[in-house]
Amino acid sequence: MTGTQLNALEVKNLVVHNTALTAVRGLDFTLPAGGRMGLVGESGSGKTLTALALMGLLPMGWQANGTVHHDGVDLIAQSDRALSSRRGRTISMVFQDPLSSLDPVRRIGVQVSSVIRRHTNVGKREAESQTIELFRQMSLPRPEQLMRAYPHEISGGQRQRIMIAMALACYPQLIIADEPTTALDVTVQKQVLRILNAAVKDRGCALMMITHDLPIIAAMCDTVAVMYAGRIVEMGPVAEVFRNPRHHYTKGLLDSQPTMDNIALDGSSRLASIPGMVPPLHSLPAGCAFHPRCAAATEACMTRVPPLDDGSRRTACWHPIEASVAMVTA
Amino acid sequence: MNAPVETPLLGRPLLEMRQVTQTYSLARPTLLGTRPSLTVLDHIDFDVRPGEAVGLVGESGSGKTTLTRILTGMEKPREGHVFYNGADIWDGDGERWRTFRRSVQVVMQNPRSSLDPRMRIGVSLLEPLRSLKIEGDHATRVFEVLDQVGLSRQALERYPHEFSGGQLQRIAIARALMPGPKVLIADEPVSALDVSIQAQVLNLLKDLVNNLGLSLVFIAHDLSVVAYTTSRVSVMSAGKIVEVGKPMDLFVRPQAEATRNLVGAILTVESGLAGNALA
Ligand SMILES: Nc1ncnc2c1ncn2[C@@H]1O[C@H](COP(=O)(O)OP(=O)(O)OP(=O)(O)O)[C@@H](O)[C@H]1O
Ligand SMILES: Nc1ncnc2c1ncn2[C@@H]1O[C@H](COP(=O)(O)OP(=O)(O)OP(=O)(O)O)[C@@H](O)[C@H]1O
Ligand code: SF4
Ligand SMILES: [Mg+2]
Ligand SMILES: [Mg+2]
Repeated sequence: MTGTQLNALEVKNLVVHNTALTAVRGLDFTLPAGGRMGLVGESGSGKTLTALALMGLLPMGWQANGTVHHDGVDLIAQSDRALSSRRGRTISMVFQDPLSSLDPVRRIGVQVSSVIRRHTNVGKREAESQTIELFRQMSLPRPEQLMRAYPHEISGGQRQRIMIAMALACYPQLIIADEPTTALDVTVQKQVLRILNAAVKDRGCALMMITHDLPIIAAMCDTVAVMYAGRIVEMGPVAEVFRNPRHHYTKGLLDSQPTMDNIALDGSSRLASIPGMVPPLHSLPAGCAFHPRCAAATEACMTRVPPLDDGSRRTACWHPIEASVAMVTA
Repeated sequence: MNAPVETPLLGRPLLEMRQVTQTYSLARPTLLGTRPSLTVLDHIDFDVRPGEAVGLVGESGSGKTTLTRILTGMEKPREGHVFYNGADIWDGDGERWRTFRRSVQVVMQNPRSSLDPRMRIGVSLLEPLRSLKIEGDHATRVFEVLDQVGLSRQALERYPHEFSGGQLQRIAIARALMPGPKVLIADEPVSALDVSIQAQVLNLLKDLVNNLGLSLVFIAHDLSVVAYTTSRVSVMSAGKIVEVGKPMDLFVRPQAEATRNLVGAILTVESGLAGNALA
């Protein structure tokens, strides 16, 4: 019961596994109502499976354990039917590829207004006029005409805005956006992010933004959780984590960003890069899963899993970056 | 500061296109209508000198991949010419064509779709030598190239699915290097990769230019990635080259509207944290 009104999500020891593999290995975090959390990590770190577990949409063979409190209930304990009535109403999701989540043979207007009708008791006319209003809020051109268009007749950026409109249609408490702009051109990407950002702010709904793009998280979120090999390795207010990363993986990610500052005029610059690669799930290293790629690794890192400490700034590292300086000199 | 880009002392262009125009005909809108045509490249001049790294940026659909196809001889332009070493590639004998084909190699965006999933890496690497009928000590060449891209020999026995995206892109680069090209053309080579891996591949491309004296044509829609890798950048918009400059000048003083849009679209961690990036 505690704090359910204040929090959009309370996740405790979330594990996602199939018969052979465990892809998400015990996540703990709280997302306050109206909060904006970024979830960042490399390909295969378990971001999408985490999102699908929260939505009750795990692929065949995958199972979630742990508890996820949202809107006064434990989502993990809910039946499929209870979850699907919730989907789109109190919690909704925007996927990376809008084409695969829109029905190619139904007009766009029908698809969006039917979401509104399914979850509220408004009539057809009212749902349609709400849809047109939503399209207008998404800065979509000629909303009335768009109602009659089919998904293939519009651009990728417009389709993604339709998906956002659909996700927002019922004023959910939480929106999960999984790489919503990765498939888009940079110029269109910024426009879509701007619209999503404004829409979420206006409605005061919580946002979980999943991406491997750190600048997007810096622009849209107030906290960030960094995932590596199925675990959160660092979490905290986005400005603190990005300006003073404590986990060596977070620092590596930040250092490998090409920015104006690390481009030398004479072309002699080199990007810092994290050596090696993400370990496959079936042979994760013991201890800290990052240790084979970490310059600061010691014996302890190879044998013992560093716990994610508590507080507003959390790190799972035996030698977090500030402390390691002190240790070397000690 | 905004001086015209000086030509580095690298001699004449190794690979160049002059006044290239490419049009595609589209489907008839009505049964009796005429076929409309789409001009995808409009009188393009573009070149790269020996050992030079040049960039090409532009929004989606501006014509970058079409330009790549023409530069590599995969497609013949409707109008204009492509010269390799001063000679028109479409106007010569088989020998000239063969030299061109082995000298200009390409790396595509998605390494997973550019490598045959049923072929061991070793076989994939030898494939260009076979199709270009290049003689010589192939085994030695394979080991040499593996060293250049930083892969171990064990990779040869394995299949594509056993590698991560970044490793596969290394393998794709290795395959492009096999025939001993003088020019490497990379079309969005890192957009499908993770950030930490992107940096590895960008550094590798840079090393190849510096260590092997390769020419590089680096194509992307993200100006910051291109700026890191190249010393001269052309900006493309709707089939035309609208601006050419040094990366830093394009960032600081973009002239064309297309360049301003690309620069404006760049998000960085700092601009994001400053809070007005999406204003
Ligand atoms: N349907 C599936 N069948 C088998 N394995 C899967 C499936 N979906 C995910 N996995 C595996 O689970 C792990 C976590 O995958 P997930 O999709 O959550 O990663 P991600 O962090 O979203 O990565 P990306 O950035 O590539 O989207 C990966 O190792 C992946 O290969
Ligand atoms: N074979 C073809 N027939 C007809 N139109 C084509 C053909 N190939 C490309 N086009 C069109 O030419 C234009 C330029 O396409 P191109 O793929 O060169 O762009 P691009 O700059 O590489 O874009 P992106 O960044 O999305 O890869 C687009 O409008 C495309 O739809
Ligand atoms: S726990 Fe050890 S290996 Fe892991 S990030 Fe910290 S120092 Fe590196
Ligand atoms: Mg994913
Ligand atoms: Mg392209």
